[in-house]
Amino acid sequence: MSKQKFTILTSTCAPLPVENVDTDQIIPARFLKSTSREGFGDHLFHDWRYDENGNPKAGFSLNRPEHREAKILVAGKNFGCGSSREHAAWAIADYGFRAVISSFFADIHRNNELNNFVLPVTVTDFFLNELLGTIDRDPAAKVTIDLENQTVTNLTTGSSEHFDINPYKKECLTRGLDDIDYLLDHSADIEEFERLHNK
Amino acid sequence: MANTLFEKIWDAHVVNSIDGGPMQLYIDRHYCHEVTTPQAFDGLRRRGLKVRRPDRTVCSPDHNIPTEGQDKEITDPVSRKQIDTLLANARVFGLTLYGLMHPLNGIIHVMGPENGLTLPGSTIVCGDSHTSTHGAFGAVAFGIGTSEVEMVLATQCILQPKPKAMRITIDGQLKPGVTAKDIALYIIAQMTTGGATGYFVEYAGEAIRSLNMEERMTVCNLSIEMGARGGLIAPDETTFNYIRGRRFAPQGEELDKLIEYWRTLPSGPDAVFDKEVRFDASDIEPRVTFGTNPGMGIGISETIPEPPTDQAGRESYMKALEYMKFKPGQRLTGEKVDYVFLGSCTNGRIEDFRTFAAYVRGKKKHPDVTAWLVPGSWSVKKQIEDEGIDTILADAGFQLRQPGCSACLAMNPDKVPAGKLAVSTSNRNFEGRQGPGARTVLAGPLVAAAAAIHGVITDPRVDNQ
Repeated sequence: MSKQKFTILTSTCAPLPVENVDTDQIIPARFLKSTSREGFGDHLFHDWRYDENGNPKAGFSLNRPEHREAKILVAGKNFGCGSSREHAAWAIADYGFRAVISSFFADIHRNNELNNFVLPVTVTDFFLNELLGTIDRDPAAKVTIDLENQTVTNLTTGSSEHFDINPYKKECLTRGLDDIDYLLDHSADIEEFERLHNK
Repeated sequence: MANTLFEKIWDAHVVNSIDGGPMQLYIDRHYCHEVTTPQAFDGLRRRGLKVRRPDRTVCSPDHNIPTEGQDKEITDPVSRKQIDTLLANARVFGLTLYGLMHPLNGIIHVMGPENGLTLPGSTIVCGDSHTSTHGAFGAVAFGIGTSEVEMVLATQCILQPKPKAMRITIDGQLKPGVTAKDIALYIIAQMTTGGATGYFVEYAGEAIRSLNMEERMTVCNLSIEMGARGGLIAPDETTFNYIRGRRFAPQGEELDKLIEYWRTLPSGPDAVFDKEVRFDASDIEPRVTFGTNPGMGIGISETIPEPPTDQAGRESYMKALEYMKFKPGQRLTGEKVDYVFLGSCTNGRIEDFRTFAAYVRGKKKHPDVTAWLVPGSWSVKKQIEDEGIDTILADAGFQLRQPGCSACLAMNPDKVPAGKLAVSTSNRNFEGRQGPGARTVLAGPLVAAAAAIHGVITDPRVDNQ
């Protein structure tokens, strides 16, 4: 996993105006058999993206040339529900997305994105719907996500919102640190806990 | 002071709290399977780390394994490699592993509890969202991603924000013909697929108390399908009686002392939850799903509801119905069924096979239905045979397969073909979950049995034969 630091990102967006996108759609189970973290991006949204012969479906967002360079995915509410498979976050990161904007994220997937330095940005339904409309009218429309100031801005309409992230995870993302680094730094506390609680 | 079951267990496992951030939680039991661990072991190797507590870690391959010919080499080379990788990692890192054909092998959420590895008051994780199953024992059990698997392997700890606490109470008694699966599918439909996100759910009330352990596991198993971080049920005599005498469970005085402690865990009468929801057991009938998430379900006598009025909701709803080839206003009873799947970590336990067998006894499987009956573990399979349930099933035209996750997620050869309709006792009806293009109707073991006999979706309470 690349610990790619996240500070500020301005990019076009790939829209996915579907609610309750589950991790089986993000990456179907039959592609989970790899024992490495690489290459999952090829199968991101596989069954929505390709037909049964493996040819790209023309209408699907990721196959449209104007969205190819997008580093931000914009999805309907309850994104990432279902299976805990981190392969979903790996696929999103491997494809090239650095952030996902939605009005609601499922817990496990949200953690998985953060652990892979993909930023889940929770916005209001209003902001989401406005942004989807903006992208629909102008696929080249851009969004800026500023992690330091915790703001997300639709550069076409000027709409801007504050988003939440806990200070610890924010620091991990801005400094390129992960949870294991933290836990290893606290091994003495773990030993003490095991001793005290007879674990 | 912590006064809910969930908080008592959670608080007893907090090693550190990060200001404004997650908590460092100590993990008592870590279950591992082959799909979500290889990259975690690679991470350990890259950092030069060992597994901190091999004694708290148990591995059982389950997701990829074929349900026939497990004594032979697995033909799919990629599946074989993933299972071999788990074997190799377990060997190198000194972990207990129950491999293919081992009498203790099975779906990790079935083999753990039945061997006494899941205990009340403990924290349990696994790289699998259905880890919530173990909450049936009064444990804080939840699914994690692979980076988190690596954390637990390396440090026996995980960083997690503390979820909020919700209590769902089911008052009254269940009507005949209603199973634990129907309770869970009813709750999820009421709460919606994301309705419990951010919460840990305690299930309570008369209808829950009267369930046996297998049924409680079915209810807790499905907590994730409404977005909950986990679900749990207060331990009681039913729990303690189940644990007594299990292979790896504590025994004698040690067990007595633990039971004494476990009796202090249930939420107090003054317990305060962030959210409370109540349902009445008498409102629950056998359930079926009609859409592409487990929240899209109805009672078997009901019709598919009209779509929501907001545009985004309507589009997603109609996309699901289009995939399922169903229409608003229609009933599901009478729909032709091609496949029936009895099994998975949701409904692959002995009680499920007893329920299924009781219905099909003396009847014949419909000739157009392909039925996959997959016990959750070798131990369940043995119990089926010991109780003579296999003979009842065979007389009705059903064969048992070998244990594994099987058609629940179709990583093995058990795939439902495109366009075919499967009545499945598993946990997810997502698009393509049981095979590309497969159409899944989730139901309990009784509705599955009725579908297998009649060849169409049938209310098991109305038996025409």
